[in-house]
Amino acid sequence: MDASPALNAPDKAAPERVGPNGRRLIYRHPLVIRLTHWINAAVLLVLLMSGLQIFNAHPALYWGAVSTFDTPALAITSEESGGANRGVVYLGNHKFDTTGVLGLSKDRGVESERAFPSWITLPANQDLATGRRWHFLFAWFLVINGALYLLYGLFSGQLRRRLIPEGDQIRDFSGSVKEHLLLKFPEGEEAKRYNVIQKLTYLGVVLVLLPAMVLAGLAMSPGVDAAWPWLTELFGGRQSARSVHFIAAGLLVLFVVVHLVLVLVSGVVNNLRGMITGWFSIGKVRPAGEEAR
Amino acid sequence: MILHRRRLLTATAGLAGASLLGGCDRFAGTDAGRRTLSIGEDANLYVQRLLMSGMTTAREFPESMISPWFKPNGSIDPPDTAYKALAAKNFSDFKLKVDGLVDTPLSLSLADLRALPSRTQITRHDCVEGWSCIGKWSGVPLSEVLKRAGLKPQARYAVLHCADTLEYASDDGAWVQPSHPNTVREAHAAYVQLAAADDWGGSPTGAASNGEKDPDATDGRRPIRYYESIDLFDAFNPQTILAYDLNGKALPVSNGAPLRLRVERQLGYKNAKYVMRVEMVSSLAGFGDGKGGYWEDRGYEWYAGI
Repeated sequence: MDASPALNAPDKAAPERVGPNGRRLIYRHPLVIRLTHWINAAVLLVLLMSGLQIFNAHPALYWGAVSTFDTPALAITSEESGGANRGVVYLGNHKFDTTGVLGLSKDRGVESERAFPSWITLPANQDLATGRRWHFLFAWFLVINGALYLLYGLFSGQLRRRLIPEGDQIRDFSGSVKEHLLLKFPEGEEAKRYNVIQKLTYLGVVLVLLPAMVLAGLAMSPGVDAAWPWLTELFGGRQSARSVHFIAAGLLVLFVVVHLVLVLVSGVVNNLRGMITGWFSIGKVRPAGEEAR
Repeated sequence: MILHRRRLLTATAGLAGASLLGGCDRFAGTDAGRRTLSIGEDANLYVQRLLMSGMTTAREFPESMISPWFKPNGSIDPPDTAYKALAAKNFSDFKLKVDGLVDTPLSLSLADLRALPSRTQITRHDCVEGWSCIGKWSGVPLSEVLKRAGLKPQARYAVLHCADTLEYASDDGAWVQPSHPNTVREAHAAYVQLAAADDWGGSPTGAASNGEKDPDATDGRRPIRYYESIDLFDAFNPQTILAYDLNGKALPVSNGAPLRLRVERQLGYKNAKYVMRVEMVSSLAGFGDGKGGYWEDRGYEWYAGI
């Protein structure tokens, strides 16, 4: 047995049963985790799409306290080139043609000059006011849902048990990298816990990325800036905070994409069942005498 | 088999997503939807007011951080007859009216305003669109003006009536296409300007009229002028000033000459330009759509602290 003792301690072990086709099912995700997970997923989607709507109102990023309009760090715009309108992205001094997606895209068949295309903004129309309404209401949902998750995770011990890598996992970090690259995922006892890359990624998202997202958002608020000027300073100024907010959003999207790909390749039905009913299969029951590994 | 199931799942998810988001837009277009979406604003107002006192001020910056160019937005050259006449005489005939629920209505020239106690502050202006500029503003604290007028106990809001027409409405309530839906497009920055949300309505303010015929109203066409409102919490903040100078010089027309409001703990659109009149009121119901401002009538938050 190479599973850590903590996993096998009777008071810590997740409930386990044998499923209909002789599969070993563990109760992997408690109800609160499942609920907060799905609420978080829906809320993040609304925040992303309404956030892109808000970004479209001034599709440029700067560093520091104020906007240096002539020298943005990033700008998504459209410009005339050879008699045709092109969508372009400026990243510092580099220019990319992004016609069709960024800067210039079709909105219900009509060519329109907008940074992010209508299919990914909320509302679909260019409508900053409504985008802000969605964003700020759902930002509250994100914070409340996140606080619930964290409080539950801390007091139930789930956060530590699920997300803090154990000694043997840290020692075998390279093994986990190899598993990921080969898309080989453990079964049996080892499948009862997240692997080390998973744990560190979730920790980073839960404790760093999402809080940074919320704080950078708050740092852009003139009211919060008046009450807590240190917060805006922490990000290096309001326009820096706006850039950090945008970059963090990008990292969250990257996380979700990788997360979804891994959910798909590591057994989509099992993963979905796990996050919907709580029960997750860790493989077939072995005949007596045969060890899990 | 697996592949089919996967494809089915993806298709279902895509369909669900698309109808969900289409549903979002439909939801936001209903009264219930608008009310629901406004809960976030109420929460923000409530929580931010808990974090601040009336005297909490926005950050002030050193001279070295003043932006070389203070981006003008919204109206930059009001088309209004009365305003043009004032501007032609360098605002020497300008009189700020202070009335409504006050003990002593006032009428103050720029010289009168400059003779009152003044405040200079270097602050950051945050536009709802996302950009920021730092400028040095000098003006008379609104509290000094209101103290001289004396508030009646029922006064709860200061409504700022502005000189600039943003669009026209017809008398029968039907819409006339805005002549300049939203005005400014900087040559070098083809950014989308504050766009009005069709869903949120927006109708003419009955504000500026005081019985006189509006010279810009023609047969069946009434001008909709900018207006804003703040409550007493912000009106009496030391940084809330009626500014007449920007960066040590008389306020340029593009930035709101001769007088603009600075309310530093809120976004740019609360900082009304071309202020002609301060009216103290007990309710915002009688103005425009009753939401407390030109942009508020078009869906933007009355509380713009975020």
